[in-house]
Amino acid sequence: MAHNGKLKLGLYWAASCGGCEIAVVELREKILLLDEAAEILFWPVAMDFKVKDVEAMPDGHIDVCLFNGAIRTSENEDMAHLLRRKSKVLVAFGSCAYEGCIPGLANFFEKSSILRRVYLEVPTVENPEGIIPQPVTPVPEGEIEIPRFYNTVKTLDQVTEVDYFVPGCPPQPHQIWAVIEAILSGKLPPKGSVVGANEKTVCDECKRIREEKRIQKFYRYHEIIPDPERCLLEQGIICAGVATRGGCGALCPTVNQPCRGCYGPPPNVTDQGAALLSAVASVVDADTEEEAARIVGEILDPAGTFYRFSLPASTLHRARVE
Amino acid sequence: MAEQFEPRIIAFVCNWCTYTAADNAGVSRMEQPPNVDIIRVMCSGRIEPAFILKAFALGADGVIVSGCHPPGDCHYSNGNFKTFRRMPLVERLLAQFGIEKERFHWGWISGAEAVKWAQLTHEFTERIRALGPLNWSRQLESKEE
Repeated sequence: MAHNGKLKLGLYWAASCGGCEIAVVELREKILLLDEAAEILFWPVAMDFKVKDVEAMPDGHIDVCLFNGAIRTSENEDMAHLLRRKSKVLVAFGSCAYEGCIPGLANFFEKSSILRRVYLEVPTVENPEGIIPQPVTPVPEGEIEIPRFYNTVKTLDQVTEVDYFVPGCPPQPHQIWAVIEAILSGKLPPKGSVVGANEKTVCDECKRIREEKRIQKFYRYHEIIPDPERCLLEQGIICAGVATRGGCGALCPTVNQPCRGCYGPPPNVTDQGAALLSAVASVVDADTEEEAARIVGEILDPAGTFYRFSLPASTLHRARVE
Repeated sequence: MAEQFEPRIIAFVCNWCTYTAADNAGVSRMEQPPNVDIIRVMCSGRIEPAFILKAFALGADGVIVSGCHPPGDCHYSNGNFKTFRRMPLVERLLAQFGIEKERFHWGWISGAEAVKWAQLTHEFTERIRALGPLNWSRQLESKEE
């Protein structure tokens, strides 16, 4: 705690989209309560702090650091180590830090093909000299160094020790507030717990009518206008609710969109993608091998669909390196 | 002389059909390669895709899934239906992860097909031997820059 009795809070983003930051601001008027209770020592996206300010702090100076974003570059990893050292409690905040999330889908590719695609092949890029960023570039004044781009996206706990995990892309504001209240009251669960979420699946929070699941055809989102009352999976839309931790209040199914799985695996499941594959395939309405193969064959991108948010944290972590 | 590569193969088999076949193959003294480690489960419908991924992640070079012939052989009447609904997707998933489809075999062997089991273990072991090691954990360490 600071000398004024306030909680010393740090917030940082690594490889992320900024959505987690928006989610914090989405606390709305409660952000004033946060300001009353906590002194923010580091929050580059919203306030003017520099890395050297953090480096100058004694170790363990920050009470709680909410770290969002995956580990994509050497800079992300350096900051993870620095903030671990300077923080008493380090929280993997949001799906990227917790399980890799959308940036983690890059683990189906390799560094070389990603850089080639982004800097040379994308139709909107004009790069006639074929320049690809290098970690060190000589210039007349000396050398310019930029962070190294890793071949594999990692989760925060794959590079440093993490105390708590807050799932969600992004975490829902009411859940963020619940976590902040738990921190302020000192009522935190055992280290390593997932906080700001529930112990059951999204299906448990979903109000839709569930009957028997017998899928005869899979639809992509744009191919069907779903019945607003009935279970989306029963309608042949791959809804990840069955293999996703609850806590969001079934936000997506409530607005007629399938759950995409951003709250990660439910308790006691390590591989969300495998669990989702298993659940979806087993309710296919096929009593012969040929029929089953035909129906599941309609799923366009199984790995990308089932591991949309969790590839780096999954059993296999990434596609094979050639 | 270079040492021959000995593949590590994990076979998930159901208690009622394929395990009985493997047991019969053993009792009948049919020769089988020592490369195949059997994990017996009650039904092929119990074999979660996560088991297969974990086997590869922990060092298996090949994985076999085998149960009772559909439609009617399943001890639980339709547990094997779950198997044939899931496994085609597992095959495609593995391909997306860069694991060759030859490294994964799924199918049916009844309790009376001990010869078929013995043949499968021979053929599959040689197929994996030809492919070489998968070394999944080492895959992750390489080119980390």
